Amino acid sequence: MARPRVKVPKSASKDEVITIKTLISHKMESGQRKDKKTGEKIPRKIINKFTAKFNGTQVFAVDIEPAVSANPFLQFTVKVPESGEFEFTWLDDDGKTYSAKKKITVN
Amino acid sequence: MSKRIKVLGFGLTALAMCGLSYSAVVAEPNNNQLMIDGKKITTNVKAPKGSPFEKLYSGWRFRSAETQKLQSDDFENPGFPLVDLGTELWQKVDGSAGKSCASCHNDASKSMKGVRATMPKMHKEIGKVQSLQQHVNYCRTERMGAKAWKWESNQMLGMAAYVGLQSRGMPVNVKIDGPAKAAHDKGKKLYYTRVGQLDMSCAGCHEENFGKMIRADHLSQGQINGFPTYRFKWQKMGSVHRRFKGCMKNIRAKPYKVGSDEFVALELYVASRGKGLSVESPAVRN
Repeated sequence: MARPRVKVPKSASKDEVITIKTLISHKMESGQRKDKKTGEKIPRKIINKFTAKFNGTQVFAVDIEPAVSANPFLQFTVKVPESGEFEFTWLDDDGKTYSAKKKITVN
Repeated sequence: MSKRIKVLGFGLTALAMCGLSYSAVVAEPNNNQLMIDGKKITTNVKAPKGSPFEKLYSGWRFRSAETQKLQSDDFENPGFPLVDLGTELWQKVDGSAGKSCASCHNDASKSMKGVRATMPKMHKEIGKVQSLQQHVNYCRTERMGAKAWKWESNQMLGMAAYVGLQSRGMPVNVKIDGPAKAAHDKGKKLYYTRVGQLDMSCAGCHEENFGKMIRADHLSQGQINGFPTYRFKWQKMGSVHRRFKGCMKNIRAKPYKVGSDEFVALELYVASRGKGLSVESPAVRN
């Protein structure tokens, strides 16, 4: 169960530097914990990569390691030259991807 | 160190002057204003008639600027992942009747608007005043044929927060007359009854001494307009009954159970003490 949330301003002026906030509800199982009852290691399951694309071009990306907390919150800034659409992708250890899209109008 | 001596000195002076047995460090509620997405949330209002207070203050006013800030942006509010879960559950079909919340109540932003502001309230079928959680579970077991959710489960907290969010900014307005009067009176009695090894009542802290520091804690008026609330101490969202339990443990009393008639009555009475304050669910506190 992973639910992405993104906050992007609806509009901006040309070449403005905007702040984007993203958060995905995810357990981020580090792979270091043991099951208390069986003693078995709980397999690692984290979001290992996050990318942000603007009109198809990658503008921000990050590799995430096991030390990152549950529900990883990422905030970054992007310069927007034109109107368009952001596409955000989170890649899970089990191969699943989660994505979200947000439009922005540049006046 | 010198500050501590000063405080102690003040306490001793006060003790010498009027024979009081404790030193009070007063820290009034601050004057910050809460805005969420450009919408003003009332955190301070003139007390209604019959209130023991002159002014009502939301617990938000007693928190530090850092904690306050988190509540002014839904994105940074750590309660929102559970609101998202609640949003999902609203649409999710569950139980033998093949229904979801939305099957009957449709759009929550319309059907649930104002509901949180009137909770807890009389449940016609059950015939008692019930908390929001119990209204939800009644629907689940009787109408959806689904299993009841546990009181502090993520599902229940998420649903309570999602329903609560639809009333955010609306003034608390619980009914305390008519069929709800018995519960209100029971709650009032509980509020003023001293219990536990420390022999304290709710009123001892939250009515007579709000604004003061109790060790490192800033005592609020004990308003519950923000529940379910994300609390840093819990690292999680929690219900007001869980908060009541915490208070009772602190005064070394045996807490009532979540969802008990006692806590529902207390919830109703405490809610009625905050009439006029905006609903803040899901609030952020420490």
